[in-house]
Amino acid sequence: MKPVFVRPQSLTDKPFHFCPGCHHGVIHRLVAEAIDRFGVRERTIAAASVGCSVFLYDYFDVDVVESPHGRAPAVATGIKRTNPDKFVFIYQGDGDLAAIGTAEIIHAANRGENLTVVFVNNTVYGMTGGQMAPTTLLGQPTTTSPYGREFGQDGYPIKMTEMLAQLEGVGFAARVAVDTPARLTQARKAVLRAFETQLEEKGMGFVEILSSCPTNWGMKPVEAVRRIEREMIPYFPLGVYKERKGSDAL
Amino acid sequence: MSESKVTFEKGNVALAKAAVAAGCRYYFGYPITPQSDIPEYLSGVLPRLGGQFVQAESEVASVNMLLGAGATGKRAMTSSSSPGISLKQEGISYMAGSEVPGVIVNVQRSGPGLGGIAPSQGDYFQATRGGGHGDYRVIVLAPASVQEMYDLTVLAFDLADAYRTPVMVLADAMIGMMKEPLKEWVPESQEPAKDEWALTGAAGRPGRRIKSLYLGDGELAEHNWKLAQKYERIRREETRVQTELPEGCELAVVAFGSAARIAKSAVDRLNDEGRRVGYVRPITLWPFPEAEVRKVAEQGVPLLTVELNTGQMVEDVRLAVEGRAPVHFAGYPPGHLPSPDDIYDEIVRRLPAGEEAA
Repeated sequence: MKPVFVRPQSLTDKPFHFCPGCHHGVIHRLVAEAIDRFGVRERTIAAASVGCSVFLYDYFDVDVVESPHGRAPAVATGIKRTNPDKFVFIYQGDGDLAAIGTAEIIHAANRGENLTVVFVNNTVYGMTGGQMAPTTLLGQPTTTSPYGREFGQDGYPIKMTEMLAQLEGVGFAARVAVDTPARLTQARKAVLRAFETQLEEKGMGFVEILSSCPTNWGMKPVEAVRRIEREMIPYFPLGVYKERKGSDAL
Repeated sequence: MSESKVTFEKGNVALAKAAVAAGCRYYFGYPITPQSDIPEYLSGVLPRLGGQFVQAESEVASVNMLLGAGATGKRAMTSSSSPGISLKQEGISYMAGSEVPGVIVNVQRSGPGLGGIAPSQGDYFQATRGGGHGDYRVIVLAPASVQEMYDLTVLAFDLADAYRTPVMVLADAMIGMMKEPLKEWVPESQEPAKDEWALTGAAGRPGRRIKSLYLGDGELAEHNWKLAQKYERIRREETRVQTELPEGCELAVVAFGSAARIAKSAVDRLNDEGRRVGYVRPITLWPFPEAEVRKVAEQGVPLLTVELNTGQMVEDVRLAVEGRAPVHFAGYPPGHLPSPDDIYDEIVRRLPAGEEAA
């Protein structure tokens, strides 16, 4: 009998430590599927970031270096520039990529580094216990915005995909979600495109994935999934924001 | 090794040439005075050798690029000057913790803060105490001539690889900017095989991790002790010092880098005049040549530490001496570079009374 659903080869068999209802596990799987699909496991080097996703080195059976908070795009630049034959991906959360690492992601993108970036946006600092992130929505209470995020105090939630799509060095930029089967299919396609962009040397392939964080949102998993459609997608519209086509070299 | 003819070269350029001779093909940096000759030189040379020169958006990014390159086993370097080195401390700590080799050059200017661009040795503490967070050390090499900018840079790459640890070349504006005769030489490669640990893509093997996060019970203590043992081995095997002690030494000057260079003129002049003045020049600032300094003190010889700051290495001298002999200090914070005459006077002032030569 032909199996219809198996663990991707580039995932280890270690059970995910993520909280119930967290989307990191689903997103890990999408990335692992893409590694398998393109057959790049044996030439992949990943740069892990700081936050809940730091443990990706426990789950991906590929070479991984840990980066300081926000610096994965710089670490990955160092890897890719010295090893252009390797496939290099980074996986960052919103605090990591959109706050402390803003300079690194923008300049890696602007240099057109041939990297694949998986950006997980759950509108909160997960690992440190639910503090306000740069992507926290207006009105959203967190442990450091107990009355809800307010523009006058905290500014607006930042839209990284829209910003990065403006840069010439970016070959592909999309925002997707994994809250429904249909969106999961779109997300899978976007991750594959972000991989292809690197493999075709078309600059940075960037995919932002809206993700739930039931623990720090104070919600049950099902409720948290619904929040993605109800609150996140209206502010963070899904779609492909940039796609360098066929022969458009960088 | 093969040697070339002698040329007249700037310290910073000598250092950059040495990096290339040592097999470094990758440089990541950010412009800052007084070390910009280094990126300027390498931006021309490395691309022609099939290497990479990346001008990063910041010092923080450039040291993390070094971390990435080093994690794959590639010989790479970054350089900066004092304020930029403060920014690099994050990456240096991660490199030490993750055991990633790499060379970091600090052509010191003056501080604190924006300070100035004059020569200074104000970063001694930062360099020798690790500089970033956590319990670690960085090998620190202190060139005192343009030739040493070359020689010690070659050594820096070998030590970084041998011990899988960041190594700092601690120069300053004077050594970096001045020109002197330079004999270039091409070292025989000391680059060890890195297949056992470097990230090369998990071909035919499970994925590898290069990391500094240890959360398991007792794991981090074990990791810290492992690093400590490595540092102990470095102390034992890599301490370097230049010592010249005349028979019946009356006083010995302890100085490094450009301060040592200036002090040497004063020491030589006094010895020519019939005094017996010793000279102790730490070449590795960490590991500090404790044993050599202690040996001098054990002979009852007073020491005069000369630094281009208000007193940093003198603490290591005192720790080594442990009260066995008087330790004097002459400090020259930035803005007033001493002349050999200034140091001559300082030495004479401290020489034992009644023994002055004619």
